[in-house]
Amino acid sequence: MARGALTSRLVAVALVAVAVALPFFAATYYLQLASKVLLMGLLAMALNLVVGFGGLVSLCHAAFFGLAGYVLALTSPPYEAASIWITLPAAVGAAALAALVIGALSLRTRGIYFIMVTLAFGEMLFFFFHDTRVAGGSDGTFIYFKPLVAIGSLPLLDLEKARTFYWVVLGLTLAGIALLVVIVRSPFGHALAASRVNERRARSLGFPIYRIRLAAFVISGALAGLSGYFAAAQFGYVAPQMLGWHVSATALVMVVLGGMRTVTGPLLGAAILMGLEEFLRASTEHWKLLEGLIIIGLVLAFPDGVRQLFDMALKPHAFPALRRMRRPAVPREAGNA
Amino acid sequence: MPEVALRAEGLEKRFGGLRAVREVSLDVHIGEIHAVIGPNGAGKSTLINLLSGELGATAGSILLRERPVGRLGVHHRALAGIGRSYQKTTIFLPFTVLENVRLAAQARTRGGLRLFGSPERDADLNANARAALDQVGLSGRAEVAAGLLSHGEQRQLEIAMVLATEPKIILLDEPLAGMGTSEAKAMIELIRSLKEGRAVLIVEHDMDAVFSLADRLTVMADGRVIASGNPEEVRRHPAVRAAYLGEEGPP
Ligand SMILES: Nc1ncnc2c1ncn2[C@@H]1O[C@H](COP(=O)(O)OP(=O)(O)OP(=O)(O)O)[C@@H](O)[C@H]1O
Ligand SMILES: [Mg+2]
Repeated sequence: MARGALTSRLVAVALVAVAVALPFFAATYYLQLASKVLLMGLLAMALNLVVGFGGLVSLCHAAFFGLAGYVLALTSPPYEAASIWITLPAAVGAAALAALVIGALSLRTRGIYFIMVTLAFGEMLFFFFHDTRVAGGSDGTFIYFKPLVAIGSLPLLDLEKARTFYWVVLGLTLAGIALLVVIVRSPFGHALAASRVNERRARSLGFPIYRIRLAAFVISGALAGLSGYFAAAQFGYVAPQMLGWHVSATALVMVVLGGMRTVTGPLLGAAILMGLEEFLRASTEHWKLLEGLIIIGLVLAFPDGVRQLFDMALKPHAFPALRRMRRPAVPREAGNA
Repeated sequence: MPEVALRAEGLEKRFGGLRAVREVSLDVHIGEIHAVIGPNGAGKSTLINLLSGELGATAGSILLRERPVGRLGVHHRALAGIGRSYQKTTIFLPFTVLENVRLAAQARTRGGLRLFGSPERDADLNANARAALDQVGLSGRAEVAAGLLSHGEQRQLEIAMVLATEPKIILLDEPLAGMGTSEAKAMIELIRSLKEGRAVLIVEHDMDAVFSLADRLTVMADGRVIASGNPEEVRRHPAVRAAYLGEEGPP
């Protein structure tokens, strides 16, 4: 067990090292793609806090993602860059507030009703930006400058540089992972999991289920907003589609594809889905069909998510079926059962 | 007179036209086991659900040491000291036995919802959880997934979870259901030990167990209390003999 943990730590360190060094060997196009993957991965990991750990399938996370993007667009002055110190807290705060309101109402429902209610709230926000003139209506609006990271007049980072932007996004993604890992392992995280596994028992032990779920929903919405803020900055453009159910559903596919019971699974899901898309789009006209088939294949092959592959490779003893395949049956030591 | 821990007055629960519980009043005392018996559908589980807060009463009041709790939700009543088990075992099946009990201990702890730290490394939580497992005799199974336990062990685990919340009042809904003879024997002794410093209300069909455990009995039929008192009084009560115990009578 200890050896497995050590190896997986080493693999993680190696992956992070490669990710940090990426700008030194990858072309700008791929850096931008990598930034996009990280941001969608962050959205999917945020979503997974409620879906995988909380057992609540939300279909409105694109609304938090897009809302934060819109806040950046609306608070950016037309001819100069907006200060990140003002626009980022505003965007994340707006996403968290939206999550608080939507969560407070939709968490009164359960199961399929929860899915439908979150979908409805997400679509409400979509149509708000689609049908009103708030920010260009259905055409969306441009963000001409990336946010300014400066103290007074001293610039700290130049987000216009693809490389710097990528590193900032990478840093945020890693911070997001660290935050989620801490939460999942915390007493709160255990209580959240307990309410997923057996709501009735968790409640009769004394856990305030509604408040626990609402807190998870708000944290998750805020992280989705963080991702949306940088996604909008990267594209230089926001449109209502950013808030639509299609983005929510894509994030959900990333969650399922990568693995719901791990923090980083959804990030892997994002990388696979977007890498696949990139590759297939260049190779065939019928890429959507092919993509769909491959995803179905992967989900069937890895019902617990593709991230499971890593665990299988690193900790084979944790997978009895695998162990049986590798070694002939060995009688268990007495007293070990 | 021993201290009243939980008092129900004129409780009623309607499900549409059905009055599953009507005009039920009872006291549960610290240091006593109060058994509620009655035929299937008498309203016993509904009564427990009213007391634990899972159902809201249509009429009547519930007092927890003179404090009205009828309007409190389930988790508030749990934190106020009411612990319960279910007729159908209700535990966290995929989690290990220790995790199950640790969650129970965590629920009533200050900081039980902190966003940092780890329950697994919390010495106090682990000690409390282990103590509860010791008390029900499940220490040897701490690392086993709860779903892999035998039925009897699962019922023991549920009691351990209730104990780990350190309740003042324990409500048990048919704790012996589906148990083998030797398992049941151990469970009866466990239940007997629970009344030390606590009030216990037990719903049970096993009459031998009931008459060996109960300090006080309430007999229900069709949602109503048809008799109550100490075991001797109830045993002799004509309505009970007719409606419930049959001609043979209890042992
Ligand atoms: N949620 C509910 N909705 C409607 N009717 C219910 C509900 N729960 C219980 N009932 C009805 O209320 C009556 C009392 O049920 P209850 O489960 O309290 O009986 P019980 O005494 O526990 O029986 P048993 O010994 O079989 O467990 C029954 O007629 C039952 O069908
Ligand atoms: Mg019952």
